[in-house]
Amino acid sequence: MEKFEKFSGVVAAIDRPNIDTDAIIPKQYLKSIKRSGFGINLFDDWRYLDPGEPGQDHSERRLNPDFVLNRDPCKHAQILLARENFACGSSREHAVWALMDFGIKVVIAPSFADIFYNNSFKNGLLPIALDSGLVDQLFNEFEANEGYLLGIDLEKQVVVDANGIEMEFDLDEFRKYCLLNGFDDIGLTMQYAETIKAFERKYYQNMPWLN
Amino acid sequence: MKMAKTLYDKIWEMHEVRRDDDGTGLLYIDRHLVHEVTSPQAFEGLEIAQRSLWRKRSILAVPDHNVPTTGLEHGITDPVARLQVDTLNQNCDKYELTEFKMGDVRQGIVHVIGPEQGATLPGMTVVCGDSHTSTHGAFAALAFGIGTSEVEHVMATQCLIQKKSRNMRVTVDGAVADGITAKDIVLHIIGVIGTAGGTGCTIEFTGEAITNLSMEGRMTVCNMTIEAGARAGLIACDQTTLDYIRGRPFSPQDETWDQAVACWSDLHSDPGALFDREVVIDASDIAPQVTWGTSPEMVCSVRQNIPDPAREQDPIKAGGMQTALDYMGLEANMPFDQVIVDKIFIGSCTNSRIEDLRAAAAVIKGRKIADSIKLAMVVPGSGLIKQQAEDEGLDRIFIEAGFEWREPGCSMCLGMNADQLKPGERCASTSNRNFEGRQGQGGRTHLVSPAMAAAAAVEGHFVDVREI
Ligand code: SF4
Repeated sequence: MEKFEKFSGVVAAIDRPNIDTDAIIPKQYLKSIKRSGFGINLFDDWRYLDPGEPGQDHSERRLNPDFVLNRDPCKHAQILLARENFACGSSREHAVWALMDFGIKVVIAPSFADIFYNNSFKNGLLPIALDSGLVDQLFNEFEANEGYLLGIDLEKQVVVDANGIEMEFDLDEFRKYCLLNGFDDIGLTMQYAETIKAFERKYYQNMPWLN
Repeated sequence: MKMAKTLYDKIWEMHEVRRDDDGTGLLYIDRHLVHEVTSPQAFEGLEIAQRSLWRKRSILAVPDHNVPTTGLEHGITDPVARLQVDTLNQNCDKYELTEFKMGDVRQGIVHVIGPEQGATLPGMTVVCGDSHTSTHGAFAALAFGIGTSEVEHVMATQCLIQKKSRNMRVTVDGAVADGITAKDIVLHIIGVIGTAGGTGCTIEFTGEAITNLSMEGRMTVCNMTIEAGARAGLIACDQTTLDYIRGRPFSPQDETWDQAVACWSDLHSDPGALFDREVVIDASDIAPQVTWGTSPEMVCSVRQNIPDPAREQDPIKAGGMQTALDYMGLEANMPFDQVIVDKIFIGSCTNSRIEDLRAAAAVIKGRKIADSIKLAMVVPGSGLIKQQAEDEGLDRIFIEAGFEWREPGCSMCLGMNADQLKPGERCASTSNRNFEGRQGQGGRTHLVSPAMAAAAAVEGHFVDVREI
């Protein structure tokens, strides 16, 4: 995993609560056995006017001109702004892969669905939960300013707007540490291999029917 | 005095390998269910990092999402889907994992076959790269969906890095009225607490209406816990649980059975255990439910009219309601018996077990589907359920009424195979998600119980099943 560095990026906003992972990456694209290449189908049903299938040349399809990610400069967005319960529904990690493949590094919303939230960190995507009042403000700013930019400083745990105003966000220490260092969870857990083995010996002694 | 613990606390403690000062724990995983959609990238990851599988026999694999439900003799004709199923087969063969391949009578939806085989046991931790893993919580097992990176993590280490969630309890007090099913109970709960109502929590379901349910019904309730925002749902272990598990292929046998039962007797929340959040629901309030929007919380009794956004105070919510009504092609205040249905889908890990099929068949028996219905299909949850239903003659009842009797799989629950809605088509579905496009682009899904889906098939529109 790459280290998460401080950056400033273009914001795209989608003003809907409960955006589900089916909307983020529709089912037909889950047939892939790869981790990459999902960006072109991010929000596929909203992004294109005609239906899409895996394997087709998506650059030939008709883009929905009203959809935010089709407009300049939002088509280069690195930060996605959304409403509560973002990415509810299916556990598909493809939703995270699609967002990242498109170029999104941060999603800001009042709340996230648990599985998506968890999946994000495993791939270096940062989900930032901000108070819904603050999110309202960001939506207003986004509407009022074309090419709206925000800065993200993970080390300091702040979102910074154009006026230098800092909005703090909460983050679990362990997750922050992994993101900043680009650590892979499996490698970290493997350090405890002996502890796991010791646990197992006792465990299966007490519950032999599970062995 | 011993501290009173919740069921969740107990299962967590049994499985905690270690814990960091900040509360991040390493949780041991007993059962890992695997299917074709969320596993290929995990197997690939292991290979790239040259890691081996920690405990192969914890894995039970099955293809379900992509499998066709007709014409199995032709195999999978969609080459992309076929590659995914082939990849699962190859991975399972290579690592010598237990897999029920297509054509095996034990094949079916991953959340149906786990319990059916006795592979889901009380007190276990059960994971799968699928959000409806919550289903297995019906057995007092801590069961939740994980992403593909975590699938790889469990394969490599038999553990997950987790922080404890909060404890929430939903009590459904009293008994439900006749004709009210587990699906109505859980849809009603979601309507009350909302799709984010359980976020960050494990929900334990208790109360007379819950303990009265069969294991099939309990699985339906826990299945949709994820639609209430909670990754895991739990129901305490009792005699109903034991009766279901006993004698299944993966269940403990002989003297280990008695040992296991003794251990499982503690799998309930202690009296006085504290929950971070409590919701109490009166069972007598529950009527047959139908969803009207594009989120499972957009649900009401079939006896009510379609809700009116104009009566919603919160402008964001009202906007969301209107967007949903527009997508669904519905007018505010319309009665449900004017909502004409095109397709009927009885299946999915929510409602494809034998009891579900019996409930639908009881409504259909001796009747025909309405002329306006373009397609009505029954997709049993596993090959074994299909066989049992056929032994009971249920397939004849469905076929004579005009239903198609299909092969097991996820099917039109998410339409990864050919079973899909066309744009604008309206479906009475026993599945769990009514999201935009879930059953096919532009498709309109109404979530209902099997009996309600059967009633809609007969009448051609929604109707209170108790009145036909
Ligand atoms: S039946 Fe539907 S919800 Fe259940 S596992 Fe299959 S696709 Fe997921």
